[in-house]
Amino acid sequence: MFDYKKHLLAPLTGSAITLFARLVTAVRGVWEGCEPVARQRVYFANHGSNGDFVLVWTVLPPALRAQTRPVAGSDYWLNTPLKAFVGRDVFRAVLIDRNPETRTLDPVGQMAEALQQGDSLILFPEGTRNTGDDLLLPFKPGLFHLAQKCPDVDLVPTWIDNLTSVMPKGEVIPVPLLCSVTFGEPLRIRDGEEKLEFITRAEDALRALGQEVQS
Amino acid sequence: MNTPAEFSTLMIGVFAILITATVIARLIKARTGTTELVENLIARINAWWGMVALLAISMVAGKTGVVILFALISFAALREFLTLTTKRRADHYALLVSFFIVLPLQYILIWTNWYGMYSIFIPVYVFLLLPIVAVLRGDTENFLVRIAETQWGLMICVFAASHVPALIMLEIPGFEGKNVLLIAFLVVTVQISDVLQYVWGKLLGKRKIAPKLSPSKTWEGFLGGVLSASLIGAGLWWMTPFTPLQAFTLALMCTLLGFFGGLVMSAIKRDKGVKDWGHLIAGHGGFVDRLDSVVFSAPIFFHVVRYFWSAV
Repeated sequence: MFDYKKHLLAPLTGSAITLFARLVTAVRGVWEGCEPVARQRVYFANHGSNGDFVLVWTVLPPALRAQTRPVAGSDYWLNTPLKAFVGRDVFRAVLIDRNPETRTLDPVGQMAEALQQGDSLILFPEGTRNTGDDLLLPFKPGLFHLAQKCPDVDLVPTWIDNLTSVMPKGEVIPVPLLCSVTFGEPLRIRDGEEKLEFITRAEDALRALGQEVQS
Repeated sequence: MNTPAEFSTLMIGVFAILITATVIARLIKARTGTTELVENLIARINAWWGMVALLAISMVAGKTGVVILFALISFAALREFLTLTTKRRADHYALLVSFFIVLPLQYILIWTNWYGMYSIFIPVYVFLLLPIVAVLRGDTENFLVRIAETQWGLMICVFAASHVPALIMLEIPGFEGKNVLLIAFLVVTVQISDVLQYVWGKLLGKRKIAPKLSPSKTWEGFLGGVLSASLIGAGLWWMTPFTPLQAFTLALMCTLLGFFGGLVMSAIKRDKGVKDWGHLIAGHGGFVDRLDSVVFSAPIFFHVVRYFWSAV
């Protein structure tokens, strides 16, 4: 039987969401350190708003978009049927349980599995939305463990600019303002690189990209 | 609404110019190869095709078409402008009100032709009420800068821009049903002045006119562009209620306002540290980059024509 939900409703919802994102933010993708080509990647981005991965997803060319999955918290995306439909069927999100007490699956394992299936990922290594004045919050170690497990995947620092002004935390209606998504130079884990060293390097790369975009 | 016969004549002229420009750009490309300058030129001309098509379609659709087109242009322009202004979380409601209440209301007032209200709605009511919306959130940091910049954005991108479609509602004896040509006259002279300033500047430009504000603008470009565009404006007298001399004077006024408007908007861009307002019109930058001169000339053109030619 034709699965109308998967083959009709989900792509249409996806198009509606990207159209809405474009109407509000006129978002522009800037490929500064790499090209929009079909290589397996982990886009790791700053996180200030629930719409962040929608913007990254919108600026990816459709062919790449179909192979790129955001990593998101299951506590947020599974608590209503509508969000579950959008999270699971439209974005095909890799839903991870952020609470170590209750989880049954290893988040890094889930992400690695998605990579092994050939998909790319959008990841927010800060782990939660940044509402302060600092450019970035300290990264969680997940990116390091993922890089160790999949050392051949390009890690692309990705700076999402201005979305927090469009939709500050706690607000419901977005203000139309221009946004951009800038992709920096990919990095990989080095042989024998320590956790702290790698995390600092990844943080610095994303922070430098953010400073450059904002200046 | 039927478009007047003069409109078709004008469109033939505009298309002839665009075709000529397209052919010349292709010839330059064939001779010099792909350079940044020629690519930018081609992008600009292609964008002109799109802008002319949109404007022409809206004019054929009449009053409602033009009002809707400029409401959308105001939306795009305000989005660019407010992206660069000073704002804080506490401004969220004030910004939402600007986009989703003030902007549509101004164009509804234009559409209903309520002159007494659309002339003061933003300068009086919004000017006083919007800071109240902002102050209720209790954040005082940069307060004056925040409310002043937001108001300025609304004045430029909504209030001033809305005077272009307002031209349709003027009642000029003997010119009934032809008002769309006033819009065409304003937009064509002001935009052709921008183009000719660029062309004269590229051909003869030597002495910089405002090196700090806009290093590409020269005296040669300014004088050549403004004068030749004003002569073109005079040559369009047959589609207006003006005599050739009046048409020249009005065109000169509009192109001068447009030139200085461009300088003002350049100063704001420099202040905010950007080169262009946006990126949506390939080769031109943003909507504000393309429209700054129209926005600066439209309200004064509107009021001068209303004062001297209109019946009410």
